[in-house]
Amino acid sequence: MKHLMTGDEAIARGAYEAGVRHASAYPGTPSTEILENLSTYDEIYAEWACNEKVAMESAIGAAIAGNRSIVSMKHVGVNVAADPLFTWAYMGVNAGNVIVTADEPGMFSSQNEQDNRNYAKAAKLAMMEPSDSQECIDMVKAAYDLGEEYDTPVMIRMTTRVCHSKSVVEFSDRKEVPVKEWQKNPAKYVCLPAISRQLRVKLADRLEKLAAYSETSPFNRVEMGDTSVGVIASGICYYYAKEVFGDKASYLKLGFTNPLPKNLIKDFCSKVDKVYILEENDPYIEEFVKIQGIACIGKDLFPSYGELTPDVIRTCVDGQNAKLIEFDKSKLINRAPTFCAGCPHRGLFYRLGKRKDIMISGDIGCYTLAAGKPYNAMDSTVCMGASFSIGHGAQRTFNAAGINRRVVTVLGDSTFFHTGINSLINTVYNKSNTINIILDNRITGMTGHQENPGTGFTAKGEPTTLIKIEDVVRAIGVKHVHVVNPNNLEEVDKALDACMGLDEPSVIITRWPCVLKKFSQADKDEFDNLFQTKNTVDQEKCIGCKACLKTGCPALSFDKAAKKVQINRAQCVGCDVCSQVCPKDAIVKED
Amino acid sequence: MTKSILLVGVGGQGTILASKILTIGLMEAGYDVKMSEIHGMSQRGGSVSSQVRYGDAVYSPVIEKGQADIVVAFEKMEALRNMDYLKPEGTLVVNNEEIPSMSVIVGDEDYPDDVLDEISSHVKAKVLDATKLARDLGNEKAANIILLGTIIKSMGLDSIDWDSILEANIKAKFVELNKKALKVGMDAVA
Repeated sequence: MKHLMTGDEAIARGAYEAGVRHASAYPGTPSTEILENLSTYDEIYAEWACNEKVAMESAIGAAIAGNRSIVSMKHVGVNVAADPLFTWAYMGVNAGNVIVTADEPGMFSSQNEQDNRNYAKAAKLAMMEPSDSQECIDMVKAAYDLGEEYDTPVMIRMTTRVCHSKSVVEFSDRKEVPVKEWQKNPAKYVCLPAISRQLRVKLADRLEKLAAYSETSPFNRVEMGDTSVGVIASGICYYYAKEVFGDKASYLKLGFTNPLPKNLIKDFCSKVDKVYILEENDPYIEEFVKIQGIACIGKDLFPSYGELTPDVIRTCVDGQNAKLIEFDKSKLINRAPTFCAGCPHRGLFYRLGKRKDIMISGDIGCYTLAAGKPYNAMDSTVCMGASFSIGHGAQRTFNAAGINRRVVTVLGDSTFFHTGINSLINTVYNKSNTINIILDNRITGMTGHQENPGTGFTAKGEPTTLIKIEDVVRAIGVKHVHVVNPNNLEEVDKALDACMGLDEPSVIITRWPCVLKKFSQADKDEFDNLFQTKNTVDQEKCIGCKACLKTGCPALSFDKAAKKVQINRAQCVGCDVCSQVCPKDAIVKED
Repeated sequence: MTKSILLVGVGGQGTILASKILTIGLMEAGYDVKMSEIHGMSQRGGSVSSQVRYGDAVYSPVIEKGQADIVVAFEKMEALRNMDYLKPEGTLVVNNEEIPSMSVIVGDEDYPDDVLDEISSHVKAKVLDATKLARDLGNEKAANIILLGTIIKSMGLDSIDWDSILEANIKAKFVELNKKALKVGMDAVA
């Protein structure tokens, strides 16, 4: 029977069919749905790790102990996991291990664009690049057999369009793979220098064997057609190329891409008049081809950033754009994503954005949207957990220079557990006096509601120890800790005021659930009237001053004819931020 | 021959469910199907799109500008924004719904009064009030299935057994509503 699946769902299906029993991940677009789907299989233990390094290590441990394991993350997650990754490649596996990296050419939901094929090359891992969902299944299954045969972890490089595009797949039954026996073997698993020097030699030998495999891998295939153009492509670019050139070109489709098949490439290039290398981001294949002394056209014609979609390829090759329907673009309004109506970040950022002469060091989450209007309440965002440490460095600098500027740092609950904890320890240990805010919305929000160490549930929905952020913060040594309801603007102001004058580090925890969360019983018990009410504007009292609109709530709008504010009843959840801002008390609860 | 359908709207309008039903129907009818979407919780309130392509063998999951056989806009500004995805002879369906963006709410820019005029000065668009039609059926949220109905009719896909696909993919208590909604949408462009 046929099924329609995203690449992420198909990776999970492939792992299931391959007999995988252990999966670990940290959420990150576009990789999140891989573990979400893995967690639905009873045969697979699947967990949310607190960060990608920990996820990587969990999967390494499972593979050493004898279970086939998978670890998935977005491209920047591999930066976090790189430390264990590079040495894991030296050790080789016991049971197979697959590492999925989900890259984001075009940066739909990421802070940078990086081509993680470079990681496979640098760490000397076998690598595969699927082009559609069926290949996701087939490659994951092949990766376990290959990885165990050649004693190597295998990286699977996805991109957003492979992760989030649906295409037709067929299922096979799960193959039950017995747990491999674990034996003490320090010469393989204890990477002391003397041992690593030996493993390094083995690694070079393994790469040679994998290079030979690459020449005959079923995932590297030639499709001969018109020989005036030969296209070498991997991943989604293979389909983009087919869309553009159809049968007017020949193709070398590369699915096993580290090591690359030298002879296959040479042979293919000798049969065509002109070679195009189509790959998103870096000239990974192109440089390899050029080193072989083969003339080819790559980044000199095609862009090295963004997506290489068919229209981009067509424009590069034809030198002109297709004729499109023209219209008056000045009539377009900007529609950037916003905080939802009832978002518990709103009250905090509304008040924080009004503070003068502070620097706000931000982080990765929905709350990064506070950088925009109407809040203008974020001055830097780099990577997960960076807010506390960057804020620390900045505050030290202002203090040393005698500049009277306070640094406020902001991150979310899941980001705190990810790497914020380390940064807070550094802040306390090194005697900083930053004001550190943890936005505890009781869930990992931006990636679509994953459990985390602070929610009390595992990835499989089982109850577990709930790690209280307040307890952790106090244990680290922070003496000034405020837990506030961010929808109560007076509470927010009081906490900020109390922290601004301190010579010591302080922490404010804003505790209120994400409005889109499926509330647990504990949420319902803890938070009164959880989004159960609706507000309305008393049209007689409203003077049309628009003060409430500055809270940036999408449920509010200005009726130009009546010169009054309206509340969209379908959106309002009664958080009351707007009603606290109204100078005329015109925003009231519905009867 | 591969056909391309573009669904555009504002996060939360139900484009994803509509395209899910559509792709399942196309697959069960024996087509090769690909769908691509940009989604995520942080897309809330932002512009969203689902791209659906079907035929004997579909290559790219992404629709190029100037290549869509039909663009169905769940909101009129999004119709304007994505109009250049249409083929010159393509079909444009517009839900006559106006959703202000944050830049409009905070007063940085105005939502123009003449969006529909601007659209129809360039292409012949089928404008309907799906939100109101859905409200008449008893649930505003069925607007997405009404708009799905317009795609099915416009693309000549009415021979597929959509009722049974709705039954298999929508919560039981909403099936009857959505069957009616689908018919309303099909009739609206008939």
